[in-house]
Amino acid sequence: MKVRLPLLLVLITGIFGALPFLIPHHVIQTADNEFRNSVLVIIGAFSLVLGVGSIIRHHMDKVRRKREHWGYSWVLLISLLITSIIGLFGGIDGNGSLPTHIGNFHFDIQTIFIRMEVPLGATMFSILAFFMSSAAYRSFKARSFEATLLLLTAFIVMFGSVPLSAYLIPKLPHFAEWILTVPSTAAKRGMGFGIALGGLATSLKIILGIERGWLGGTK
Amino acid sequence: MTHNPWIWVSAILTLGIFSFLYKENPFYRVCEHLFIGISNGYSITFVWHRVLMPTLINPVAHGEKLWLILIAIIGAFYFMYFIPQISWLVRIPIAIVLGYGAGASIPRGIDAAIVQQLRATIITRSTFLSVYNGIWSIVILFGVIATISYFFFSRERKGILKPLSYTGIVFIMIGFGASFGYTVMARVSLLIGRLTFLLRDWLGIIH
Repeated sequence: MKVRLPLLLVLITGIFGALPFLIPHHVIQTADNEFRNSVLVIIGAFSLVLGVGSIIRHHMDKVRRKREHWGYSWVLLISLLITSIIGLFGGIDGNGSLPTHIGNFHFDIQTIFIRMEVPLGATMFSILAFFMSSAAYRSFKARSFEATLLLLTAFIVMFGSVPLSAYLIPKLPHFAEWILTVPSTAAKRGMGFGIALGGLATSLKIILGIERGWLGGTK
Repeated sequence: MTHNPWIWVSAILTLGIFSFLYKENPFYRVCEHLFIGISNGYSITFVWHRVLMPTLINPVAHGEKLWLILIAIIGAFYFMYFIPQISWLVRIPIAIVLGYGAGASIPRGIDAAIVQQLRATIITRSTFLSVYNGIWSIVILFGVIATISYFFFSRERKGILKPLSYTGIVFIMIGFGASFGYTVMARVSLLIGRLTFLLRDWLGIIH
């Protein structure tokens, strides 16, 4: 029951997922649309429980056991709680039952998102520019012909995308574009065939119950 | 310098994350944990207001699509993950999503990633309507064959396979280099955005 039922469901929904592409009948198409737009969306929304629940559990545990840096877990838990309360009761556009402004000072969920979440996320990813560059320098250091080629291509693509390159070397932007449309496309297409075949094999293994890693154990 | 409190908040958070460039410090850690907390809080809000309300709660409250209650119960099985005795029930919603995804990806994957890509690679008479287009199409065809040959491990690399697979590496390195360059460019673009925010919106040094 604990293993067979999920495996049976995977088989049934797997066949159902492939059907609309093979049978263009309106009954199948309508059922597929309903399944995608209602069933999968609702189940997918509930899957948030796994992520948020795991984070809360992990940080509660950290606070309870007073592990290293446990104080920061409070920051996470409190910010999560406050944001959720403001969002759930204040409404996504600030039109809920909870007041989300004091005079001209607005603290609705969209403002929090734009003024806190966006700057934090953008800065977090922007500092990766420094780490990627230094890591690339240390890893490749043009030790072989292949590494030199990779670095050179990266440099041409980067420099060819900025206006200064067109001013200094007028043909460089065209060359950068050629790299992207010809040799890079060829490499990605070649690898894409392998990735696609690998994906197909994995999908078949999941549907047929050969691949069972997703069960998280066989008990 | 601005008097808008929200811009001050954004600027302080931006500086907090940038402080990691010096070394890991409490200021950065607070910002990092704040980021995760706010992200999750926003996700909960978004899923509730933009997904569950219009697809589940509103139709059911109006007496339409009552069968969605059953789907909600299946979705709620995700909560069972936290109850060890019945945690296996979490496999049911996962099975539905995973099974459908796997099934749907087979025909679509064959079509989009294999048939359409082969069609774009194959050389026909119309490819040579433009001379340059014809030449570059031959280069692409050769590059695709060379790249695939690099991943062909069923035979020892000797004879024609040796130079062909080596050419494959050359194409792969160019492909990776281009992707790497583009990724760095995207990060640099974000960096420029943040610096512009600090210098223009916060400090008002540039206009």
